[in-house]
Amino acid sequence: MAADQETVDRVRSIDVDAYKYGFVSPIESDMAPKGLSEDTVRFISMKKEEPEWLLEWRLEAFRRWLTMDEPKWARVSYPPIDYQDIYYFAAPKSSPAPRSLDEVDPELLRTYAKLGIPLVEQEILAGVERPRVAVDAVFDSVSIATTFKAELARAGVIFCSFSEAVQKHPELVRRYLGSVVPPTDNFYATLNSAVFSDGSFVYVPPGVRCPMELSTYFRINEKNTGQFERTLIIADKGSYVSYLEGCTAPKRDENQLHAAVVELITLDDAEIKYSTVQNWYPGDAQGRGGIYNFVTKRGDCRGARSKISWTQVETGSAITWKYPSCILRGEASRGEFYSIAISNGHQQVDSGTKMIHLGRNTTSRIISKGVAAGKSQNTYRGQVSAHRLATGARNFTNCDSLLIGQDCGAHTVPYIEAKNSSAVIEHEATTSKVSEEQMFYCLQRGLSAEEATALIVNGFVRDVLQQLPMEFAVEAQKLISISLEGSVG
Amino acid sequence: MSPSAKNGDRRRMLEIRNLSVSVQDKVILDGLSLNVNAGEVAAIMGPNGSGKSTLAYVIAGKPGYEVASGEIFLDGENVLALEPNERALRGVFLAFQYPTEIPGVGAMTFLKAALNAQRRARGESDLTTPDFMRRVREAAQALKIDQEMLRRPLNVGFSGGEKKRFEVLQMALLAPRVGILDETDSGLDIDALRIVAHGVNALRAPDRAFLVITHYQRLLDHIKPDVVHVMAKGRIVATGGPELALELERDGYRDYAEEAA
Repeated sequence: MAADQETVDRVRSIDVDAYKYGFVSPIESDMAPKGLSEDTVRFISMKKEEPEWLLEWRLEAFRRWLTMDEPKWARVSYPPIDYQDIYYFAAPKSSPAPRSLDEVDPELLRTYAKLGIPLVEQEILAGVERPRVAVDAVFDSVSIATTFKAELARAGVIFCSFSEAVQKHPELVRRYLGSVVPPTDNFYATLNSAVFSDGSFVYVPPGVRCPMELSTYFRINEKNTGQFERTLIIADKGSYVSYLEGCTAPKRDENQLHAAVVELITLDDAEIKYSTVQNWYPGDAQGRGGIYNFVTKRGDCRGARSKISWTQVETGSAITWKYPSCILRGEASRGEFYSIAISNGHQQVDSGTKMIHLGRNTTSRIISKGVAAGKSQNTYRGQVSAHRLATGARNFTNCDSLLIGQDCGAHTVPYIEAKNSSAVIEHEATTSKVSEEQMFYCLQRGLSAEEATALIVNGFVRDVLQQLPMEFAVEAQKLISISLEGSVG
Repeated sequence: MSPSAKNGDRRRMLEIRNLSVSVQDKVILDGLSLNVNAGEVAAIMGPNGSGKSTLAYVIAGKPGYEVASGEIFLDGENVLALEPNERALRGVFLAFQYPTEIPGVGAMTFLKAALNAQRRARGESDLTTPDFMRRVREAAQALKIDQEMLRRPLNVGFSGGEKKRFEVLQMALLAPRVGILDETDSGLDIDALRIVAHGVNALRAPDRAFLVITHYQRLLDHIKPDVVHVMAKGRIVATGGPELALELERDGYRDYAEEAA
């Protein structure tokens, strides 16, 4: 684990107030007026030259949203959000879409360079051989660079920005949009349905194994700009795709609202593996600022024997409200959820999953590792339900919490529901502390307290880290150590 | 005057002066004094509850022990105020009686982290992976530790013998100035005892000292001590040559327990 030392060095070199990715790029925006109204929705739709049906879809969601209240059941607290004090659309000001990196605003490229985003296309042009990862970079709201398009196209895989998909593949978008997370689903998802700006779209045709990992880096840039991504991934019969999502955000003082929606659909025998490393600004040492992350992620195993696997490493955000879920509709379909949620400082995490077993012989597996340090609160909230027709359904849940220090909290809230007698649902949960014995053992061998904590925590989350693609696992390990900075003293 | 003053022609490596230690108001070490010279293997024997393990922990700096008085010098430096890892970096190694399990952390990963932490403290660069692997393989072979064991999480599911051998493996790789063996013989069958003792003997060197804490003579059949100290009620009550261990084996600790009372 050579990354260990690197991580420790980074832990040392960073403190909460000097959040590494805290910078704001001076790029002019073509913004919608502040606030939310039907006009805002129309503005966004017009800007994106959307068809009439999509505008109507948005407006319907907006009208519905006006009648809804924010959910209050999560174990998080924050001052009321003024939804009229937010910009709902911001796009980097540039003329027609760039045809190559040369045409991309150099400021954007510098921003990516600071973030260390591998815009693989640069290397391809320079003739560098590397593992192939296609990046659809989302800068604020509009995708600015898409790589490997040609090769993906050869395989028949569609990977583009959501806006582009609306223009070029309206029939696919129309068929699947909102079919997993309906526009009426919940307060934040409904808000997203009204004002979503952009995101990624993936379609993998029948029998195709996507030739590379697909990757999107999200970045929140404009001040006061809520981000409302919309991602839709469809794996047609017998296909496979692995999708990586990674996030960093610049430092800022005001809280930033983020309410994304991700919908995954697998048809017969298809598989989607969706991995997230989330490192948004968690707020300063006093708990000021930081991202509010209210995300709805859901997969629908629509086809028989299909599989959806969520893997997430959550280290950032002031508040995380996130439950990547699977609807196991197809016979013998399978859902998986692997999660590492690290909280430090004043972070609040309420995260987990839902496994809804509808079809016969469906299986699911949940491995959740929560690590709480500082004054943070870390809640696992999970629902496993086996419905009347889901005979032979099986679930295994393992939910471990690790506490570092005296002032943090870990909570486990499982909801388990079996409506047929042949379902087997297993739930295991543990809560432990980094023990003095473990710390002393490490220190006695010459490790510092920070090194020891990083080592012990990385051991604790290992089962989940192993689920991540290689490059992502290394990155995740770094983030884990960075986010625990200052937790030992 | 420097506490590392020469004692004859042998350099004093570990010097403990008048050490009194209590845990939750209970006095465990009561004015203990002890010298260990470079190149020496010193055995500490004593009945259960005499404070042997406490002595080991306090030298290594384990939290939770209240030092009321006294000093511990390592190579002439008082280490009492130092953190456990600072002491480790100065060459204190404790082979634990009950090594702790750390789930998910591979034994090999742990070895590498520890070794590199100590190398960096000396201003050396990290070992390359092939170099590291070669060293571990050699040291592991001598202790009959197979590679499969090193891939397992640290001490998790290790047998008693495996844990002790792994402690000695760490000691061999970290090459300490002072190696403290806390009841390393407990839970070992005779074959494992031989292997472990052989490993320790191979590390004997003029610039290294050992403190071998044991309740029984049998470990000392395999690791021949230069000096035997008898501990009772928190202090050293007798010091002698290897023959003292044999006496204890024959007569038991009763005399000393009374003497200290």
